[in-house]
Amino acid sequence: MTTLLSLAINITLLSVLLAMLLCTVRLLRGPTAQDRVLALDTLWMCAMLFALALGIRFGSVIYFEAAMLIALTGFVSTIALTKFLMRGEVIE
Amino acid sequence: MTLRWLPSPALSGALLIMWLLLNQSIAPAQMLLGSVLAIAAPLLARPLRPLAPAPLRKPLVLARLLFMSMIEIVRSCFNVSRIILFNAKGVQSQFIQVPLDLKDPYGLALLSCLINSTPGTVWVEQLPDSNDLALHVFDLHDEQWWIDTIKTRYEQPLIEIFEHE
Amino acid sequence: MNPQLESLPLWASLPITLLLLLGSAIVLIGALGLVRLPHFFQRIHGPAITITLGTGSILIASMIYFSALQSRLVIHELLITVFVMLTAPVVAMLLMRTAVYRDLRARDRRPIVSANKSKTTTEVYPFSSKEEP
Repeated sequence: MTTLLSLAINITLLSVLLAMLLCTVRLLRGPTAQDRVLALDTLWMCAMLFALALGIRFGSVIYFEAAMLIALTGFVSTIALTKFLMRGEVIE
Repeated sequence: MTLRWLPSPALSGALLIMWLLLNQSIAPAQMLLGSVLAIAAPLLARPLRPLAPAPLRKPLVLARLLFMSMIEIVRSCFNVSRIILFNAKGVQSQFIQVPLDLKDPYGLALLSCLINSTPGTVWVEQLPDSNDLALHVFDLHDEQWWIDTIKTRYEQPLIEIFEHE
Repeated sequence: MNPQLESLPLWASLPITLLLLLGSAIVLIGALGLVRLPHFFQRIHGPAITITLGTGSILIASMIYFSALQSRLVIHELLITVFVMLTAPVVAMLLMRTAVYRDLRARDRRPIVSANKSKTTTEVYPFSSKEEP
């Protein structure tokens, strides 16, 4: 069971990394600006999940703080980008 | 009944729980600090709140609605992932228009959160000059079925909760 | 390998394994949808499953793991869950409105093209959400 669990943790790390790679593909290719913002938001989400999975891998709660900060800054930056795309300015 | 120094007890309780979770302790000192935060923050932020806090009526109906939409979220997650894996190019997705009877701002906010959390549907906006809702549906087979589902499953309990009188 | 994994009892490691596998599969499928789906209005539904089910299952796995590891209740991951569940709908709605406004503005800038599209008056918005970008 222990080997199965460590295998599952490694699979999680690999697949979150692969998901980040796919998001980067969309970020670089995306035909419109909103595509890029969507890809960036998903990239933030995947980075948060990657921090959580690293926390499970190394058995340390320090990574929780990193994951939470990534979630907070990701939300704020995505909101700012969408406001900018919609109106051309961030604070009205 | 709302006290003068405790305008919204639910918000204060949530802030206290957040503080305790963030510090991962229930030591008396942390309780005290959290209580100070929970009382001071709603008082200081009260001028920023545009609407009076809504009283919590019918908690049972609300709990049933939340539980049901959680099941719906998990179910539609598997639907959407099936479509992405096997039918990505041929999916029929389009905008539909749903006439709404709900007027309460809190109810509309909760409705939009529930609809947006469910994969496969995204709320766009309330169309100007009417109380209609523009909705984008990922996998549209039957427009009338979606309208009926949203009206009976989501809007009816919300009207019951927020527009009782 | 992490030596702490040896001390985990079976009742903890079995659900952690299952939840991690489910979460990683869902995250991967969501990102795949971001790449494979043809139009923006369809692509926005791909990350939604990453955010709800993928994040949820990995967070629950983390909660069970740390609770079993330190043999006390470690539930501060609930904060991230609540935060993500509150903010993800806002992000999705703002992105959707941005896309709709930008498409409407792009259509207004070339009125000759939209004039011969009068057959789509039954649609909610007067631009096509089907065309390949």
